[in-house]
Amino acid sequence: MATSMTIWEKLGFRKASRVGEAGWGHTLWAALVSFIYFLPVLIIVITSFKVQNEALSVPAKFFPTSFFGLIPEQYVFTPTLENFTSVFSRAFTTGGAVENTGFDRYFFNSMFIAGTSVLLALVIGTLAAYGFSRYPLKGNDTYLFIILTTRMLPAIVVIIPIILMFRIVGLSGSYPGIIFLYTAFNLPFTIWMMKSFFDELSLDVEDAARIDGSSELRVFFKVCLPQVVAGLAATFVFGLILTWNEFLFALLLTGSDTRTVPVAMNQAVAGGGIGVLWGLLAAIETLFLIPVFLVTFFLQNHLLRGVTFGTVKR
Amino acid sequence: MTTTAIQTPPTAFTTLALDNWKLAIAGGLGVSISACLAMPATSSFWVVAVMMALVAVTFVVNAFRRHYYGGLLVSPAIAVLFVMNIFPLLWSLGLSFFSYQSNQQAIRFVGLANYSKLLTDDLKAPELWANLTNTAMFTVLTVSVQMVIGFLLAVLFAKQFPLRRYLLILVLTPMMLSVVAVGVFFSYYYDPTFGVISQIIKAWTGEQFILFSSKAGAVAGIVFADAWMWSPFVMLLVLAGLVSVPTYLYEAAAIDRVGSWRRFWTITFPYIRGLLMLALLFRTIEAFKMADLIILLTKGGNDTMTISYHVIRIANEQNKTSEGAALSYLLLFVVIVLTNLYLYIANRRSQGN
Repeated sequence: MATSMTIWEKLGFRKASRVGEAGWGHTLWAALVSFIYFLPVLIIVITSFKVQNEALSVPAKFFPTSFFGLIPEQYVFTPTLENFTSVFSRAFTTGGAVENTGFDRYFFNSMFIAGTSVLLALVIGTLAAYGFSRYPLKGNDTYLFIILTTRMLPAIVVIIPIILMFRIVGLSGSYPGIIFLYTAFNLPFTIWMMKSFFDELSLDVEDAARIDGSSELRVFFKVCLPQVVAGLAATFVFGLILTWNEFLFALLLTGSDTRTVPVAMNQAVAGGGIGVLWGLLAAIETLFLIPVFLVTFFLQNHLLRGVTFGTVKR
Repeated sequence: MTTTAIQTPPTAFTTLALDNWKLAIAGGLGVSISACLAMPATSSFWVVAVMMALVAVTFVVNAFRRHYYGGLLVSPAIAVLFVMNIFPLLWSLGLSFFSYQSNQQAIRFVGLANYSKLLTDDLKAPELWANLTNTAMFTVLTVSVQMVIGFLLAVLFAKQFPLRRYLLILVLTPMMLSVVAVGVFFSYYYDPTFGVISQIIKAWTGEQFILFSSKAGAVAGIVFADAWMWSPFVMLLVLAGLVSVPTYLYEAAAIDRVGSWRRFWTITFPYIRGLLMLALLFRTIEAFKMADLIILLTKGGNDTMTISYHVIRIANEQNKTSEGAALSYLLLFVVIVLTNLYLYIANRRSQGN
């Protein structure tokens, strides 16, 4: 089957021929369900193209064009890119001068902080997971349970001492502080996930490499790591999604220079009700969604394979 | 498996060597405690930090000399977790025995008074109890909805079908949204005047629909938003289990004409049971901590206060740091008991089969 695949078949346009495969009828169902499920997100994206009074209009305007007169005029709004430009610079008071909102900075902060801390957690966590898997310590399971326990706590329990600690050390409002904290925040999940990956690997290959004279370092880098790439990708995506949107720590521990987008977003919506600039908020969220959406989309295959490989006993 | 090293004998307790971690702990503890008692908080903090670094160094040197590769590999992770999680935890445990407010300098040892006040005070105890029952209700509702929706979505996506990649990412998107945006935009959808839901119902009945006017409505609104956001997480885990079932099992079942119900319980379910349990565990822990959506949607009005939000309110808004710490330890106790109970049951189940 794989030998004679046309371009259409590669795109997924093929008949249901095997068990576990379904055709276009199933796609229709799935498309319907996905659309309904995606609808709240879609409304956010649509709202990002509306000006304020259109966002608050009754009846709600859903359609950017009237589709050649098919949709009644009252449900149609005129799309504008104004919100996207005013995310980065706008006049804060009516008639005032156009100012920089600092959101370019906040977007950079979010990417830098989330990216660095997830990668750092991945490096440290993978090493630890390899250690837990290959060189079990006395009371290995106890260590692992304690590591899981740190993830169970309400964030507010640890936040107060951390604020005090950061204030004393001078880390509050700096990049290293929040990156270090997020690394710790991601570690338990990384360790648990990567350990289950290393546990699944066959030891024979490693022993063969050792007998052939490979050093321990070489075994780790050349034999073990290449086999768990899917797991690394899956762990990276999960960690990124959680860190990207983390709010409470960021609210309490970032300063004006290191503020991340969720915190800035929260400040942008302060007021509630009609006071919220809906179009602006939607534009921020839409822009904020794009990076993590793309990463997830391109690592999607790894994600499914990764989770399976790691957690299902065979 | 590992290279067996020639065992270096452990260093005697009294010798002053860089791998004598027992002495380092003993000395470090002594110096730290006396520093805490004698010096102001800021400088004693640094003394404690230096002592902990010393203990860490002795551990690493000890592991290196005796070829404990396991210890060496896990030590960075343990160090980070210790500094950022375990140490602050112990600190707040200590804090819960004091009377301390973060906007005041005075600090006074009160023993178990914080705990007993929370549990026996005429005003606070009923409030705590009400918040606990609310939290339990939210947890049960949202987790069960998430499990059901996540499972159904996973079943829908388990087969290979055209355009699956592109539809799957649409369903996964809610999980990637910021909780601030979810909270604010759901309050936009629920709004009586310009919200979508109210407008649809208005077209039906001619009257505005105020969702948050009753407790049931408020709870339903919060649970709906939370379940919508996190069902994809359950779905992803279950889906991973479903696609891992080898197709030859289904082919064999098709040849034997096994009914679909039995096919599910005997072939599919064993593959997803572990993942279902994992999803249940993670989501229950998270749901128990739920606060941000409630802050954004109802601000605890209409009797929708949860215990986690209560802790935030006491510790952050009212600055009663030590009371908040005491309350969160009560909460932690409940979570650990429940988790252990859960793991115990899960283990017995898997051993029984």
